[in-house]
Amino acid sequence: MARIFLDDAANGSGDDRFAAPAQPVNLSRRRFLLGSAGAATGALVLGFGIPVGPARAQGPAAPAPKALDVPAFLEIRPDNTVRFLSPFMEGGQGVFTAMAQIVGEELDMDPAVFDVEAAPAGKVFQIMFGGTMRITGGSMSVRTSYDTMRRLGASARAMLVSAAAQRLGVGSDTLTTEPGKVIHAASGRSLSYGELAEGALDMGVPEAGRVSLKDPKEFRWIGKPVARIDMHAKSTGQAMYAIDSQVENMLQAAVQHAPRLGLQPGAIRNEAAVKAMPGVHSVHTLDGAVAVIAPYWWHARQAADALDVDWQDPGESADVRYMPADFATEAFTKHLSSQTGRGEEAESAGDSAAAFASAAKVVEGEFTSQYLHHAQLEPPSTLARFNDDGSLDLWMPNQGPEIFQAAIAAKTGLAPEKINIHSPLLGGFFGRHFQYTWGNPYPHAIALAKATGRPVKLIWSREEEFLRDPMRPMAVVKFKGALDAEGWPVGLDVVSVCEGPGEGIANKRGEKLDDSALEGITAKSYAIPNRRIAQLYVKNPITLAYWRSVGNSMNDFFYESFLDEMADAGGKDPYALRLKLLEGNERLTTLLNAAVELSGGWKRGPFTAADGTRRARGIAMASPFGSEAAAVAEVSIQDGQVVVHDVWEAIDPGSIVNPAIVEAQVNSAVALGLSQVLVEGAEYEAGMPVARNFDVYQILRPEQMAKVHVKIVESGAEMGGIGEPPLPAIPPAVANAVSVLTGKRVRVMPLSKESFEA
Amino acid sequence: MDGDEADKIIKGKTMKLEINGEMRELDAEPEMPLLWALRDVLGMTGTKYGCGIAQCGACSVLVDGVVTRSCVTPVGSLEGSKVSTIEAMEEDAVGQKVVAAWVKHQVPQCGYCQSGQVMAAVSLLKENAAPSAEDVRASMQNLCRCGTYNAIHAALSDLAGQENA
Repeated sequence: MARIFLDDAANGSGDDRFAAPAQPVNLSRRRFLLGSAGAATGALVLGFGIPVGPARAQGPAAPAPKALDVPAFLEIRPDNTVRFLSPFMEGGQGVFTAMAQIVGEELDMDPAVFDVEAAPAGKVFQIMFGGTMRITGGSMSVRTSYDTMRRLGASARAMLVSAAAQRLGVGSDTLTTEPGKVIHAASGRSLSYGELAEGALDMGVPEAGRVSLKDPKEFRWIGKPVARIDMHAKSTGQAMYAIDSQVENMLQAAVQHAPRLGLQPGAIRNEAAVKAMPGVHSVHTLDGAVAVIAPYWWHARQAADALDVDWQDPGESADVRYMPADFATEAFTKHLSSQTGRGEEAESAGDSAAAFASAAKVVEGEFTSQYLHHAQLEPPSTLARFNDDGSLDLWMPNQGPEIFQAAIAAKTGLAPEKINIHSPLLGGFFGRHFQYTWGNPYPHAIALAKATGRPVKLIWSREEEFLRDPMRPMAVVKFKGALDAEGWPVGLDVVSVCEGPGEGIANKRGEKLDDSALEGITAKSYAIPNRRIAQLYVKNPITLAYWRSVGNSMNDFFYESFLDEMADAGGKDPYALRLKLLEGNERLTTLLNAAVELSGGWKRGPFTAADGTRRARGIAMASPFGSEAAAVAEVSIQDGQVVVHDVWEAIDPGSIVNPAIVEAQVNSAVALGLSQVLVEGAEYEAGMPVARNFDVYQILRPEQMAKVHVKIVESGAEMGGIGEPPLPAIPPAVANAVSVLTGKRVRVMPLSKESFEA
Repeated sequence: MDGDEADKIIKGKTMKLEINGEMRELDAEPEMPLLWALRDVLGMTGTKYGCGIAQCGACSVLVDGVVTRSCVTPVGSLEGSKVSTIEAMEEDAVGQKVVAAWVKHQVPQCGYCQSGQVMAAVSLLKENAAPSAEDVRASMQNLCRCGTYNAIHAALSDLAGQENA
């Protein structure tokens, strides 16, 4: 068997165990290691980053690499199938398929024969940004690994061709490949990759300069709507998520969290009664929670819910993000709104003060967004198992194994290489599964496994999840626009009163502004020459998080809605205004026109549709995560509530790998965007969430989904993201349509808080 | 988990349930929801927990052919009933077609709600082989956070032999 490893030594991390050339490496020569790493006998194994022996730069105590450190990416098996370890987690965004397409393209192997698994934690899998990190987030997976994965596939193909040349006694240049086999056309002979794998075992990987990549014109799979490889498993209940993990001798746990973060458990008033409940194994007092353990989770959960805990309130402390007993979102919104400071500048251009002093007209608007749950349908869980050799296995949903490995090493004192992070499929993520200090089940799962001496799977009930899910921040944003005598915008002054997600997660303000607080208000492409955009930081008691499209998820709603307000005030059509402000920007002009053409031409309304309903359309744009998006939405009002009938969205990610996945992701992002603007919002009263489950917390229901029409524009610009970018233009497109239809500007999400008349 | 331990601590009774055409015995008290009997007692993890209060539909199974939220259905209420789960759908004539349509239309994204979506679709088609778009809207009420609703409608329109959703 043969494996190829790509080296990431040039990462400056100081971890010399993986020092290696910056190109693929054949690991098959290390057969003794590979066997214990689970590779098939006779398979060709390739990777980036190869363990080169004990650390050179470290002292004698440095550990030698273990067999399980062998970091294979690609294994070509004797049965002519491929096993691929993806650095990126699959959570519905289609990345396993995209990886198979990219590697398969250059390898010349059908993506359908790839078995893709999530790679474990390890330096070698940190292939992003020159080998410095690896996360599944920021819509970065494909665009940061595209070249790397192509090189990996191409190197493997070259080695298989060399092996065939040796076997057949012909020159490599007389050979070609067809999917899964090498062909010698002159003699009509062919050999499958599986047959050749063993012959490639001892070969060197061709030097980077000698591996040629395909001309994109010859792509067989990249750029095509290749079927996703996990559809059957996901349609038959066979797909395995963290919550489905089971190991021998496992117990299960449920917790009752402190009702407010910062409180600690005191006496359990009914401990004896709870211990006597059916199935209960034991009761455990933890940091900020009490847990019940049972063989079956339902018993644990019934008992955890029954716990009568005397919660102690030690008051605010620097160690925890304390939730005050009187916190209420309504009052907090007023508090944010009442701030009058000018904030700290995030972006400025021209002379904003002068522009307002000489403005023919000044427009003002204050906008408000809401806290949002991730509301991924799989509740968080972690299965923790301490092994006899002192290592710790964890099965947990995660968007970055090394981040968790490092955090757990710091918490437990275990060496990172003793912590094995298993990453099953994610039952939705949307930013939920990063390391959040008070927002992941793993610390309690580890504590319980330690306390019981048995593997423990902790599952958070939906109610406990909605108590500890860190949320998308809310903001109150004060806009001022200056118009010239002709009604064109010439000045913009914005103060966002908010705490950014990065600031919330760190639980303190950083030295620099949190970019994710204002992205979507900053870095817009419109030619408004005089700008001052600032953040007025106000710390939130709520724990905060990344949420699909992060700051853009709300900031484009604010900006693009206010842009329409400026258009209205200046007597301009919002489509014409955008075109004017984008003059000379060919990429965005093309994109905006593409969205409008897709919708059948610009028709703002109000107008009467064929079914007799009064309708209107709104338009908006966004530039998130390296891609560009433009959307048109058509709405009507039914029983006082907004109905979104159609969304037409044009998206330009530069270039793409799979148009069918792009279309699915646009649908998905539209659904989340609609959910946010129409129905969603997490509220607090008296320090507690009002909604603890889906009976009260609304997410978009099937009948609220719009028809989605997608136009992919490949401008050839640098490749951008696709999971998040289609979202941010949706809320403002809807809000702008509603404003036209009702004659009332929309400045607050969600729209379900108000009643409308068409 | 440790079987002896479960015997010792679970003061239930032995229940007999027909699951996917097979009589299964399980030690569980009658109050235990079917969802947890399936997942924990029988180790059948295809049926998913999402909310526990019959809101999301991830736990949907068929009881005597009708879609049922297993998270709020006590096993004690099911003696004498036939339970079908996602694990058996490819052995069911309608289930097989639904799974094939789900694959053809590339319906799932994260996939977590899709066991329940497939079960809801099978139930609908068993009752009405050619549901209208309105029937589909009325019956397919399970939540999907990934927003696969349009793909679900496309798959069901296909199954119902219609042109459009």
